[in-house]
Amino acid sequence: MHHRPRSHVHRQRFPLTAVLLVLMAVTATLLTGAGPAAAAGPACVKPAPRTDDTIHIQGCLSDTRKKPPAPVPDVKINVEDSTGKVVGKGTSNASGVFDVALPGSSIDNLGKTFTIRIDKASLPEGAALRNPKQVALKVSLKLDSDVFVAFPIGKETSTETGVAVQALQLAVGGLVFALLLAMASLGLSMIFGTTGLTNFAHGELVTFGALVAYGVDALPGTISVAGVNVTVAVAIAVAVVVSGVFGWVNDVALWRPLRRHGTGLVAMMVVSIGLSILLRSVFQYFAGAGTHQYSQFSSPKPYHWGSVLVTPKDIFVVLFSATVLLLVTVALQRTKLGKATRAVADNTALSAASGINVDRVISVVWIVGTALAGLSGVLLGMTQGFDYQVGFKLLLLMFAATVLGGLGTAWGAIVGALVIGLFVEVSTLIVPAELKFVGALVVLIIVLLIRPQGLLGRAQRVG
Amino acid sequence: MDWHSIFSQALQQGLGPVAAVYCLAAIGLNVHFGYTGLLNFGQAGFMAVAGYAMSAFVATWGLSFWLGSLVGLVLCAVLALLLGVPTLRLRADYLAIVTIAAAEIIRQTVGSVSLLKYFGGQDGLQSFNATFNDLNPFTGSVGIPGVVSWRPYDFWTLVVCWVLAALCCLVVWALMRSPWGRVLKGIREDEDAVRSLGKNVYAYKMQSLMIGGLIGGLAGIMSALQHSAINPSFFATDTTFFAYTVLLVGGAARVLGPVVGTIVFWFLLSFLDLFFGEATSGTNPLIPDWLMDSNQASLMRFVFMGLALMLLMVYRPQGIFGDRRELALDAR
Repeated sequence: MHHRPRSHVHRQRFPLTAVLLVLMAVTATLLTGAGPAAAAGPACVKPAPRTDDTIHIQGCLSDTRKKPPAPVPDVKINVEDSTGKVVGKGTSNASGVFDVALPGSSIDNLGKTFTIRIDKASLPEGAALRNPKQVALKVSLKLDSDVFVAFPIGKETSTETGVAVQALQLAVGGLVFALLLAMASLGLSMIFGTTGLTNFAHGELVTFGALVAYGVDALPGTISVAGVNVTVAVAIAVAVVVSGVFGWVNDVALWRPLRRHGTGLVAMMVVSIGLSILLRSVFQYFAGAGTHQYSQFSSPKPYHWGSVLVTPKDIFVVLFSATVLLLVTVALQRTKLGKATRAVADNTALSAASGINVDRVISVVWIVGTALAGLSGVLLGMTQGFDYQVGFKLLLLMFAATVLGGLGTAWGAIVGALVIGLFVEVSTLIVPAELKFVGALVVLIIVLLIRPQGLLGRAQRVG
Repeated sequence: MDWHSIFSQALQQGLGPVAAVYCLAAIGLNVHFGYTGLLNFGQAGFMAVAGYAMSAFVATWGLSFWLGSLVGLVLCAVLALLLGVPTLRLRADYLAIVTIAAAEIIRQTVGSVSLLKYFGGQDGLQSFNATFNDLNPFTGSVGIPGVVSWRPYDFWTLVVCWVLAALCCLVVWALMRSPWGRVLKGIREDEDAVRSLGKNVYAYKMQSLMIGGLIGGLAGIMSALQHSAINPSFFATDTTFFAYTVLLVGGAARVLGPVVGTIVFWFLLSFLDLFFGEATSGTNPLIPDWLMDSNQASLMRFVFMGLALMLLMVYRPQGIFGDRRELALDAR
């Protein structure tokens, strides 16, 4: 089987490029088609800034059923401190704006958290909060400046949807997240398989992709092909390529010398922690601590599939990542390089002895793994925005996914990520949303208890 | 640039209560990692359990501070049992992943809105240190005039922390020269060899995990007292990483490694912070504004810290004091 003609490898490569191009064109149309929906701004005008030393909580109530959104006057707002005591009251004026002064000077209030509660009874007839559960907003004061919040008001979305519909809706979000997690985890698992490194800096590789795409996106001007704005599509492509190069640099400049040096696996793990802290600080140095979104980031009108809402962006991300994952796994199964990769993961010494260039295989694994992580970062940034530690927050879930599927196996990482991603989202039916990651981590520990080799790992001694 | 102020403030941090808390956490890790070779990446979890138990006992339920601290330490031992059962038979990297996950589970759970009325959510708990403050014998600011000075409460926590750290060092020293300690080191070097001598490796590892976890619990309680407050951000994953850096700077498997490590680490960290802070402040800063503003300056210390951790691990894994031959870092 090792003597397959070389042309076979090339044949695999052609459809990959073609599919990428098609998908990129699809993104461009999906994203640009949705522009106007997001352009409609709220009707409310921010009050002029004041110069005194107090913090005001201000906000705007606008009815999004009308176009342009109409202000909602005479709605009562209470501001409570963290113990639930009401510290300020306000009513929205004719332009829908309310303004509540907090007692005390700004210094007293900095660092505290306040809850802004809307009096549902005072809402006009027929209007309701778009998200009925969001009658209160929590803000914590970090800066000495006024806080401006918004409550979207519109048609009350029915809370009476059945559990099945809710589960299905959550599963859609779960699938998007799971596929992105799978792309990120695949690299982690492949790198572990071939080099034994538990890379704590893998989350930063995800953030790197998101940041590169953001950098391209932030360049002045837009890139258009035949009149279609493809800036984000180009940004995705650049991010994938630059991520791949970054992965190669990681391997050649750091990990390969360490392997030659005979550094132990635990020492390398600690080195990766150092690298993670270093990269995260560098990212924050350049990107700041805030959350970023891409220029063509918008929430296009969702399609109604029965009672389930699906956005074009969801469809694109699912199709794109599923295709990429499929191509990578097929390449691992069928191509000569893929087979060599699995051979190195199985037994490095034996594969070196049988003529496989182990260093080259590991380099390719780093390039592909990092490119996948970067791609996952861009798409994650597209779906929910990103900050300098988007990948770091994902790291434990990636570990959970790889351990669940079986450390070091490619299919395992994908299956594990699908299970974890869906579980995280669908579990919010039962557990509070803020604890959804906790559930996934508990699953990780339980799996280790009963099946340490993971779902797809071979039953061998791992200790 | 005011070098005297930079040095004195950095020294104040190096000897201060924060450094002492990290010293305790690192002594616990030294038992785990340095002597037994257990890769516990969840020290922050042990700290959180004890710290939150103490704080909630006093602030939420109005019970005794001493009872709360005791229960916190007992819970640390229970946590060690819970973590050890599934993982101590597995390879080192599995223990690392499980402990880091467990610490994050604990942190997100105590910070959740669902448990707001017990643990105060993201804001955490305050006003639980009355008993501890009443014992404070110091009044007025204490220190070496012109070099370092602490407020009385800070000095009191500092003294208690360093005394606890000294006691823990003494315990570790006594334990590690006992036959029990020699078995631990044997496990670190070659687990199978120790097993073939008829020792119950699993039980020894479990005991080590408990002892180190208890010391970590002390660090958690002192961390809450030192801030006079507690909230989930104290126990983020980075807390564990900092404690590891402290341990590795000083030298793992050395009784005084964490002590020296924490002083050097916090001195350098605050030195870099102060230096870059001064270099970017004023009307004509040393480093021009387009290159680095004051927000970016506060990140430089973490850039250097990450770099230092990498270089340390590659070129001097034994730290300042350690013995390279003794420390087989690839132990399980």
